[in-house]
Amino acid sequence: MKKWLFHISSLFIFICLSCSNESTNEYVPTPSPLQIPQFFQDNILNPIIPNSNPQTIEGITLGKKLFFDPILSGDNTQACADCHAPEHAFSDTDRFSDGIDGIVGNRNSMPLFNLAWNYDEKFFWDGKSFSLEHQAFVPVTSPIEMKSTWQEVAQKLQQHSEYPNLFNQAFGTSTIDSTLVTKAIAQFERTLISSNSKFDKHLLSGATLTPEERNGFNVFMDETKGDCFHCHGSDKNPLWTDNIFHNNGLNAIITDLGLGAVTGDPADNGKFKSPSLRNLAFTAPYMHDGRFATLDEVINHYSEGLKNSTTIDPLMKKVAQGGVQLSAQDKADLKAFLLSLSDYEFINNPNFKN
Amino acid sequence: MKKIIYILIVTLLFSCHTDNDDNVFQVNTTFNFIHYWDDTKVTNTDFNTIQYTNANGEEMSIEKLRYLISKITFQKSTGETFVLDGYNLVDVTNGTNLSFTSTTTVPTGDYTNVVFTFGFNNDDNAANYQDLNSASWSVPAILGGGYHFMQLEGKFIDNTTTETGYAYHAIRAVDNSKTPQEFQDTFIEVDLGEVSITKEATFEIKMNIAEWFKSPNIWDLNVLNNMLMPNFNAQVMIFENGQNVFSLESITQ
Ligand code: HEC
Ligand code: HEC
Repeated sequence: MKKWLFHISSLFIFICLSCSNESTNEYVPTPSPLQIPQFFQDNILNPIIPNSNPQTIEGITLGKKLFFDPILSGDNTQACADCHAPEHAFSDTDRFSDGIDGIVGNRNSMPLFNLAWNYDEKFFWDGKSFSLEHQAFVPVTSPIEMKSTWQEVAQKLQQHSEYPNLFNQAFGTSTIDSTLVTKAIAQFERTLISSNSKFDKHLLSGATLTPEERNGFNVFMDETKGDCFHCHGSDKNPLWTDNIFHNNGLNAIITDLGLGAVTGDPADNGKFKSPSLRNLAFTAPYMHDGRFATLDEVINHYSEGLKNSTTIDPLMKKVAQGGVQLSAQDKADLKAFLLSLSDYEFINNPNFKN
Repeated sequence: MKKIIYILIVTLLFSCHTDNDDNVFQVNTTFNFIHYWDDTKVTNTDFNTIQYTNANGEEMSIEKLRYLISKITFQKSTGETFVLDGYNLVDVTNGTNLSFTSTTTVPTGDYTNVVFTFGFNNDDNAANYQDLNSASWSVPAILGGGYHFMQLEGKFIDNTTTETGYAYHAIRAVDNSKTPQEFQDTFIEVDLGEVSITKEATFEIKMNIAEWFKSPNIWDLNVLNNMLMPNFNAQVMIFENGQNVFSLESITQ
């Protein structure tokens, strides 16, 4: 056995030596590996970072500048950050955000954090976009969002006084194209890690919860009460989402097909991605169509407002009675617990602000 | 440079060879999981349609099925055992992990039993697993913690002819009405019987889903359709019904 190890290690040493002989002086940006919170490291799988787009200091800096720069929009008035603002955990307060022409869509803006842990890499409420790099292509040309063309954007950036140099530092070329723009934005988005809520601190270092928060957590975890953990994470899954698509009983008649429109499978109609329950204090209104202005409305929905339809999730129980019928006390406690998942350090992190 | 690598590889191969000194070889084994409703094959393309009738007479569908298999063990007549590393979360819904090949090899030869565990035994259930946590597979601490053994979900037509959801979740049985909590083991050790391994072998393990609803307890979904995790008696019934759910369909080698 020891002999084996010796052979293998000497093999590696030789290979490594032979590599270093061949290396040239090609420019490499400075690696900046994601700072994975210990608590994530201990409990869940590593984040997804494509080999073709490693995190670098220069790439992240560029991605951040692009994210906050209205230059990406057709008339230079709208940045990603307009609909994804740091103080709202990178969401906004509108029910439907409006694009540069004031046209509104039919979906609520999504908060952006812990995106690198979306293992299936299906983005948007209906999962229509695969990978963060690919997602960032969409808003720039969407007629109801930034309504530009990539040709136009690349041209504007190319003629800009700073961008060509920043792209050179990040990717070793000052020829700007859509692929590099989306790579840089994706690098910045991956750094948006939220892991410092009161509840995180409770789990990590025993910060004390109020009795209400503690009972609220039990309501969340109790199959006979809230039973939220099957879809929305738990103390063992600090993402507070399964990132899977479900119909949680919002509509008796489904008009926005959600995942069903993407897969073409009627069994997926009315299914949307479970959002993370982190940072709810900053992300109202709620649900894919922003129909609920407050957490009380959300909790009332699960407690007595469920609507039956053929694709409703089997975990939505007691649908005939409208839901799980939580007591007033349990509702209030559940809300207190949900709010303890909000991360004020995240929304105030200077690295994430313009 | 190339020469050195070549010499090293050759040395490696030789040092390897010296380990195999008789006619016993170390081989990989693969376990494939297939699913039936009695005699009808079930795959995820059959999901989401009410088309099965359980022993109690309810028509029902399957929307989700995933379950945990662990501790695959080869036992010799001498009492010697070989336990395969790892566990496998079979996910029929997504058609993933329907096949499991452990990194552990076993020697060729005759075995009196090949046994696997449905779920986790108590030791394994007490550890922390990143992949299972990421798959939202854990069990709340208020129910003793650890992990689900199975999640079987879908719809059935209830006795008021309403389509209703069910969530047939298997975990270690816990009685929460007692302090301290009382547990009963409900992981299942499935014995596939006598096996002779001559070379790399592929086992086909069949789950008859209908059995979960059949015997010895005829399952009435009208009564037991949800909130089964904190239901001690329901967990014991699931354990009892699980005894004849699995069978060895074939071994190819
Ligand atoms: C006009 C408002 C608006 C602008 C501008 C905008 N977004 Fe969005 N964003 C949304 C909405 C609305 C959704 C959800 C849309 C849906 O699911 O159909 C969304 C979804 C996303 C998601 C998916 C998150 C997830 O968890 O699946 C990402 C990532 C994202 N946006 C990044 C960006 C980036 C990067 C930009 C700039 C290039 C940008 N957005 C510009 C409104 C906007
Ligand atoms: C079957 C899976 C499932 C269960 C169980 C479940 N949810 Fe949800 N939840 C979802 C999905 C899916 C959405 C998004 C639905 C949509 O917008 O169409 C959602 C949305 C939410 C939102 C809105 C978040 C936002 O950013 O818009 C909150 C808050 C929420 N759920 C809380 C809860 C609570 C509290 C419970 C337990 C009482 C619970 N959920 C149980 C799947 C589930």
